[in-house]
Amino acid sequence: MRDLDEILGEATSLFSSINNATELEQVKARYLGKQGELTNMLKGLGNLPEEQRPAMGSRINLAKNQLETLLNNRRSFLQEKKLEEKLKEQALDVTLPGRGYGKGGLHPVTQTLMRIESLFHSIGYEVATGPEIETDFYNFTALNIPENHPARAMHDTFYIDNGDLLRTHTSPVQIRFMLENQPPIKLIAPGRVYRCDSDVTHTPMFHQVEGLWIDEQANFAALKGVLENFMAHFFERNDLSVRFRPSFFPFTEPSAEMDISCVRCNGNGCRICSQSGWLEVLGCGMVHPNVLKHVNIDQERYIGFAFGMGVERLTMLRYGVSDLRLFFENDLRFLKQFN
Amino acid sequence: MKFSENWLRTFVNPSCSSNELAHILTMAGIEVENVESISIPFERVVVAEVLSVERHPDADRLSVCLVNAGELAENPLQIVCGAPNVQVGIKVPCALVGSQLSGIVIKKTKLRGIESFGMLCSARELGISEDAAGLLLLPETAPVGQDFRKYFALDDNVFTLSLTPNRADCLGVYGVAREISAVTNTKLTPLRIEPVQEEIEDRLDINIHASKACPLYCGRIIRGIKSNVETPLWMEQRLERSGLRSINAVVDITNYVLLETGQPMHAFDLAKLDGHIHVRYAKIDETIQLLNENRVELTSDMLLISDDRKPLALAGIMGGSSTGVAEGTVDIFLECAFFDPDVISGKSFLLGFSSDSAYRFERGVDFAATHSVLEHATALIKSICGGKAGPINEIRHQLPQRRSVSVRTSRVQRVLGITLDRDQISEYFTRQQFDYSETDDVFTVIPPSYRFDLAIEEDFIEELARIHGYDEIAAQLPSAGLTMLAAPESLRVPAQIKQMLVMRDYQEVVNYAFVDKVWETDLIQNKDPIALKNPIASNLNVMRSSLLGGLIANLQFNLNRKQDRVRLFEMGCCFERNSTGHCQQIERLAGLGYGDVHIEQWGEPSRTIDFYDVKSDIEVLYRSKEVEFQAISHPAFHPGKSAQVMMGAKPVGWLGELHPHWQKKYDIAKPVILFELILDSLLPMQLMQVKETAKFPPVRRDIAVVVDNQINVQSIISSLYEKKPAVVTEIALFDIYRGKSVGENKKSLAFRVILQDVGRTLTDEDADIIIANLLQVLATKFDAILRN
Repeated sequence: MRDLDEILGEATSLFSSINNATELEQVKARYLGKQGELTNMLKGLGNLPEEQRPAMGSRINLAKNQLETLLNNRRSFLQEKKLEEKLKEQALDVTLPGRGYGKGGLHPVTQTLMRIESLFHSIGYEVATGPEIETDFYNFTALNIPENHPARAMHDTFYIDNGDLLRTHTSPVQIRFMLENQPPIKLIAPGRVYRCDSDVTHTPMFHQVEGLWIDEQANFAALKGVLENFMAHFFERNDLSVRFRPSFFPFTEPSAEMDISCVRCNGNGCRICSQSGWLEVLGCGMVHPNVLKHVNIDQERYIGFAFGMGVERLTMLRYGVSDLRLFFENDLRFLKQFN
Repeated sequence: MKFSENWLRTFVNPSCSSNELAHILTMAGIEVENVESISIPFERVVVAEVLSVERHPDADRLSVCLVNAGELAENPLQIVCGAPNVQVGIKVPCALVGSQLSGIVIKKTKLRGIESFGMLCSARELGISEDAAGLLLLPETAPVGQDFRKYFALDDNVFTLSLTPNRADCLGVYGVAREISAVTNTKLTPLRIEPVQEEIEDRLDINIHASKACPLYCGRIIRGIKSNVETPLWMEQRLERSGLRSINAVVDITNYVLLETGQPMHAFDLAKLDGHIHVRYAKIDETIQLLNENRVELTSDMLLISDDRKPLALAGIMGGSSTGVAEGTVDIFLECAFFDPDVISGKSFLLGFSSDSAYRFERGVDFAATHSVLEHATALIKSICGGKAGPINEIRHQLPQRRSVSVRTSRVQRVLGITLDRDQISEYFTRQQFDYSETDDVFTVIPPSYRFDLAIEEDFIEELARIHGYDEIAAQLPSAGLTMLAAPESLRVPAQIKQMLVMRDYQEVVNYAFVDKVWETDLIQNKDPIALKNPIASNLNVMRSSLLGGLIANLQFNLNRKQDRVRLFEMGCCFERNSTGHCQQIERLAGLGYGDVHIEQWGEPSRTIDFYDVKSDIEVLYRSKEVEFQAISHPAFHPGKSAQVMMGAKPVGWLGELHPHWQKKYDIAKPVILFELILDSLLPMQLMQVKETAKFPPVRRDIAVVVDNQINVQSIISSLYEKKPAVVTEIALFDIYRGKSVGENKKSLAFRVILQDVGRTLTDEDADIIIANLLQVLATKFDAILRN
């Protein structure tokens, strides 16, 4: 009969040399099988003197346990190895493109509209909309543009067969809103507008956002504050210079044109700003008392300011679009760049 | 409006550069669009007289000239010249040796063997105009040897203004000067106008038949003028720098006065007038041939100047061609009047042309200056053309009122948000030459006659802000009570819908709302679309009642650019007539799918998009809402592949495949799937109320039945839902099969039935009974046979 330590030593080296699960089980039988060496040793305990039996028995069992531990370790080692090999075979080319749906995109003008809306929303402006075919009253008369007024010539108006017109600005939305709501009023009116004009810098349809604030505290200084704040955030530029020039709109008095320093050349002069360093971006002013009169707002108590901007123009400046007409050609190669 | 800066500076001369002056004007609301130097820089160019001209012996086109160029050069000076108009006695600009023109140094040179000591110049070579046809001919009076820059006043700029319609007072150089004087606080040199001595007594009677339209008319006869005299160079230059060409001395003078004062005038050839002057509205069937050669059929709202027999001029707009001053005119009748802006306004738009006169009258001309401007023009005519002036005949009716306006210091401060005090307001009004008084911080101001834009307090607040400077008003962030904005959860905003389509692979497009009428008739069978009276193009002549046409056009455009898979959507207003003929405006959402269902990709077979792919997009848009699809026929769609989207009993849109005959007509290779929905049907949402989640396991049973092919699935599912007990939580189709094994004209439908009791676990027996009942429903209603 061999020494137990010798058996354990032999099994340890034998197990670690085996790389195959079946073989491992065959080798296991050599020690622990029905005719295995340790099994036989346990069977032979009966032949030992009775006083030696317990000690010998526990020694053999200990060796048996150790052997089983060795065996299990090797088993899981081999299993692990086999799994590793299998997983290796399953490896993907992770650089292959993903499958399924692609993603579309929003029109750049919509993206700008959303951006403008969210900036004004953040200081409490609500969005109002209105019809695109308007009556003369809402588009002109209520806005202090009487018939024959030279300002009507500035709006090249499309007329439809029944005598109504395509709105030339979104200001009629303000009129409708003021007729239905009481001050304080804080709204922006985004939407499509139409002018009978088509060349390199004009399309017969374009988008505007107009804004209105009617309150007891509104004044020209606040108008400047809101618009300066807006432009700085819209263009994400803290260094933006702005200037306000007197201008003329029939529906505001005083009226102003707002210029910003050219966002393309930082005011140094380039093609975009016609070398002037300034970009005309917005018209604004204090709501004309005649307009407030038309909508029955007490002009002594309330003061309003209003502003209007061209969405395409802001989009062009922000994203470097050089041709206005691209917005309405709907060339996917152009549009998808914004996705 | 453009004019010479030097001319302007004769009235007001602030100590600032041209560009600074332009900036000051722009910031005061008188936008200077352009400041342009009137010539290129050069020196050593002088006035020279051609003494002799010989043909060059070796060159047909060259002449050898001797000129007198004054003291700076030898006299006579030999110059070889190629201009066709060179001749003895003319005076021309001459660039001496050493001068530089456009970077070219003029040197002593030999031309075909003959020495030349300088160059005789054309207007183009001096940068004055584009005229390069020949030498620039100077008047006989030009002093030989004088520096040409000085002689021709070339150190000057042309200011081009872009005026807003309210500032008619700046449509004359003097008006601009008045504005600069106020803004820069610089002294204004007034126009010197002295009455002309009357030397004859002749006068023409003036009869005003429309005194509201023409409340003031001044006219006078001037006899014995020399109409063929040359306009003085200084006047010609000022006209030219304002973009006007010299015509004849009298017309040039009236134009000059218009540019200077903003007051249009007209001179008639007295010999061509019959009888008296009448100011009246035109009669039907009257016509007039105007100075611009237009023949105008007059209408009864057009104001005329006529004599006893014929129309002479369209009042305030343009004179007639037959009675204008021309060569040979000896006696004239000079008119200076005020016409009501409302009468002139819009007329030139209707006539299709504008004039300097109409442009001013429709915006408002200074009626207080009419008389003196006539004196001014008379004086110029007498000094240039000679002649003897008769008395001014002035007919005056009710002129526009200038009512005083109260301007409260407190209101000024409140509107502007700055603390302008009484003294500042006084100063600004004084600088503007306004007639005002003040008591207790309330100013009473009378608007001047040349301003048609000052009628209410706010108008003067703007004036104060302008003079103060908009940039001097410090921006302030406003303060107001904070209230939250409503954010209704039961109403989606359109942006959310757009975003959903973007995530479903659709690209947004934006099309014009006016479309080709053909789209409307083809696709919508809209025989009476809302038409534009003045379309921008004949193929953009009606308002769209559907977005489909635009999407198809976008598809064609992109197919032509080698895009083979296209997914588009547009959200926009559509316009149609309702039953009463009124225009109805509906926001719609439309989409288009073309080409492969997915972007071509590895590992998935490609498949062309079909009806059901797009249907699923619509179902996602409506989310939990109950919409049904009913087969319909629609002019745009394939008759067997089109559906109306129904929300209850209300149709809310269409889905379908483009009709093959349109597909062929529009030359599109593959089927096009289109949908169009009413936006409002997509927006309202039910506020979700959560249901109890079952604690017991659900049971799934699948049933497959064979039915006739024409039975639609929705009707089967609806009947099952009608009869099902509450424990059945879902019945859905998961497979459909047609083939020999199910028989001809039959189809096999496989439904998933989910059973779920909230109170207990369902047994197999429970499920068996329920399923049997459902099968019974199918058998009786649809002759469905259970398939094993």
